[in-house]
Amino acid sequence: MATYPQEYRFGKFIASIVWVVLWIVIIISLIGLPIIFVILFYVPLPPVNGEVLTPYLFLSMMVDPTRTLPIVHFIIHTDIFKVAVFPGFSFAALFAAVTIFVERKFLAKMQLRIGPLYCGKIEGILQLLADGLKLIAKEIIIPSGADKPIFWAAPIAFVATSAAVVALIPVAPGWVAANVNVGIIAVFAILGFFPLIALLFSWASNSKYPFIGGLRALHQMIAFEIPFFLSALSAVILSGSLNLTDIAKAQHPYWYIFFLPISAFVFFISSLAELERIPFDLPEAESEIVAGWLTETSGMIFGLIQLGSYVKVYALSALFVILFLGGWAGPQIFPKELSHGPTAGLMGLLTLQGVYNGVTVNAIFWFVVKTFGIIMLMLLPRGISPRIRIDILLHTGWYKLIVLTFINMFIALALIYGGILGPGGLLTGH
Amino acid sequence: MAKNLEHQIDESEKLGMQIVKESEDDRLMTLSVGPQHPGSGHFRFTVKVDGDYVVYCDPDPGYVHRGEEKMCEYRNFIQNIPHLERPVIHDSANITYSYSLAVEELVGIQVPRRGQFIRAIASELDRQIYTLYWLAIYGIFLGHSTMFMWPTGDRELFIDLMDALSGARVTHAFNIPGGVRNDMPSGFKDKCLRNISYFEKRLREYEDIFYTNPLFIQRTEGVGILTKEDAIRLGVTGSVLRASGVPYDIRKAEPYDVYNEIDFKVQYMKSGDSLARAYVPLLDMKESCHIMRQLLDKMPESGEVRAKLQPNPKGPLGEAYRRVESGRGALGYYIVSDGSPKPYRVKISVGSFRNMIALPHLLVGSKLADMPSVYWSLNYWPVEADR
Repeated sequence: MATYPQEYRFGKFIASIVWVVLWIVIIISLIGLPIIFVILFYVPLPPVNGEVLTPYLFLSMMVDPTRTLPIVHFIIHTDIFKVAVFPGFSFAALFAAVTIFVERKFLAKMQLRIGPLYCGKIEGILQLLADGLKLIAKEIIIPSGADKPIFWAAPIAFVATSAAVVALIPVAPGWVAANVNVGIIAVFAILGFFPLIALLFSWASNSKYPFIGGLRALHQMIAFEIPFFLSALSAVILSGSLNLTDIAKAQHPYWYIFFLPISAFVFFISSLAELERIPFDLPEAESEIVAGWLTETSGMIFGLIQLGSYVKVYALSALFVILFLGGWAGPQIFPKELSHGPTAGLMGLLTLQGVYNGVTVNAIFWFVVKTFGIIMLMLLPRGISPRIRIDILLHTGWYKLIVLTFINMFIALALIYGGILGPGGLLTGH
Repeated sequence: MAKNLEHQIDESEKLGMQIVKESEDDRLMTLSVGPQHPGSGHFRFTVKVDGDYVVYCDPDPGYVHRGEEKMCEYRNFIQNIPHLERPVIHDSANITYSYSLAVEELVGIQVPRRGQFIRAIASELDRQIYTLYWLAIYGIFLGHSTMFMWPTGDRELFIDLMDALSGARVTHAFNIPGGVRNDMPSGFKDKCLRNISYFEKRLREYEDIFYTNPLFIQRTEGVGILTKEDAIRLGVTGSVLRASGVPYDIRKAEPYDVYNEIDFKVQYMKSGDSLARAYVPLLDMKESCHIMRQLLDKMPESGEVRAKLQPNPKGPLGEAYRRVESGRGALGYYIVSDGSPKPYRVKISVGSFRNMIALPHLLVGSKLADMPSVYWSLNYWPVEADR
């Protein structure tokens, strides 16, 4: 019977936003701008677009805002932007935050509940922020006899490893933090670190339940790593490349899920196991071993591991999209140029002259849509499935999934030798 | 193989080599499950695991012992009701039902017919409330969070009915010696029938999402098998006994109040594994809906609901034992009276404690991962067992 708080008024909510904006404007204009001017006067900056960034140039930018667009263009093509913001860690963390919120509401609707409601006024949209603040404020308890360096390092290593996977994922042609030619092997090499972190952390926490959980994580990941890799190998066979961008480009007219449905299924199941999500959440089975290898985590250590695991959800869903759903392919729904008119003045700023690229925006849009669809599919089993037992899990991994991947791999080889796909094949795009 | 190994060890020792034998304690790991473990409730049991297999199990009840039986000796027969329902607050109508029956037998009261019907309806409603709560926890024990939320939500259907009937959501102190506390409110029958038909629809959905789920069947089928002979020998009761192929229900075997006028089947299964123990309560709930319809149908339209008692009822020198079928099985009260208004001795015989005795028997030899599915399928309520 939960309801909105009594004093809730939409007008008051808008008014509070207006007040916040007003204060931000006042603080920026009175304190922020003078500081920027001081910095620009004393610190020599690198030349952008052939011009040295001086306070005078900055003043001219305030008169003609379109002059900032080349700087924006320069910044978003730097490596640091790609690694830190887009398509790197911040993008993945935002995706993770949205995933957590959607999961909570989606699961609540499935279970005839309401889910987060109060925090942030509108459907509990700020609940995650509140939870994050709570985790930061909490005390971190280290069990006596714990191996402190590893205990501290493991959560950071967990997030860092997840972020390393994200760095290899292209979201649009050319939009990848690290475009390596052995991309898919690099992804699997990095994913191989996770059981090691789980085991080290469980060992370092000097407690029985984490130890059992860590061993379970190790068993599970070894059992599922092989079908995981083999199912991705079918896509490599068809595209003839290990580079993730090339694999996505090779699926030009027909996505690989039409030729490799079994591999896609195995890849999906194995990623659920890799992510330790229900029904494969044995390492964290709360009714058997408390919280598994996370039993001794507290405060932000727990928060970081949760962040890392949701970043991992994004990374593996994106990998599924690249390998089987044609990556960013999709009909062009955004205009290629926003305006063909004047390029200067306010109009030029609004139409993002020189920064906007219709093809890239379209690619990112379709990539995000597909990835989110796969994430929703990954969230679904949590509502409809109980936990699997460890011996059934190992049996599934070692017997069933490996056989299934081999069947689909032979189909892929037959398609290559039959001249249907591959270089010069009947269905290969140009 | 082992002989061969021993021979080799002897040979090596003859050669002067030092052999350090692995002791039993090095291999086994002792895990204390509870009382603050999410998979146990207010109850502790120690298991020793060899790898993933349980080799030893020692249940240790008593964490929430409240001395209910001793407390009874300091209060008179009416004052005892509110504290006696505390061990199973979800099933309070049943735990006070058998107490009322025993006191009535001791004091010699005849309950009015309408009172008997309302008492049976309250008992069936509480059986649903308890079984849904049990099912919810069984769901979360197996990691199925939807099966936790749905029954806890649908419990409200019956809690609302009990609220309308008695004025309290749980711990209603409704069944008392001499009948029930108050008559039904108007419109109760229609609301009850509406809720029952909605609930029967929901039970089919439970089967779709939980009972027919292949992963659920994989986890419970053939796990923790309790044979018919063992079930009788260990003295288990209720759904655990019926799941092992013994069609025994107190409502049928020793019908109390109006149950001999009701037409119902005793639901039982033969396999005796966790799946059967999980399924029998569902069948019981279906049967309970059936019983409630008949009770509402056959109930006299008006009349007294409560026999007039003297202010401080006292029985003659003597004893009485009556039992009912609760959500967990036979629930009996043995009351000894010395002729004073207070009972001389009250002994509560609960189904939970009898079912707990089967726990070490079933758990030893099974996997640690089977522990939740075996433990909670025993229809065990720790607080009731400790009394």
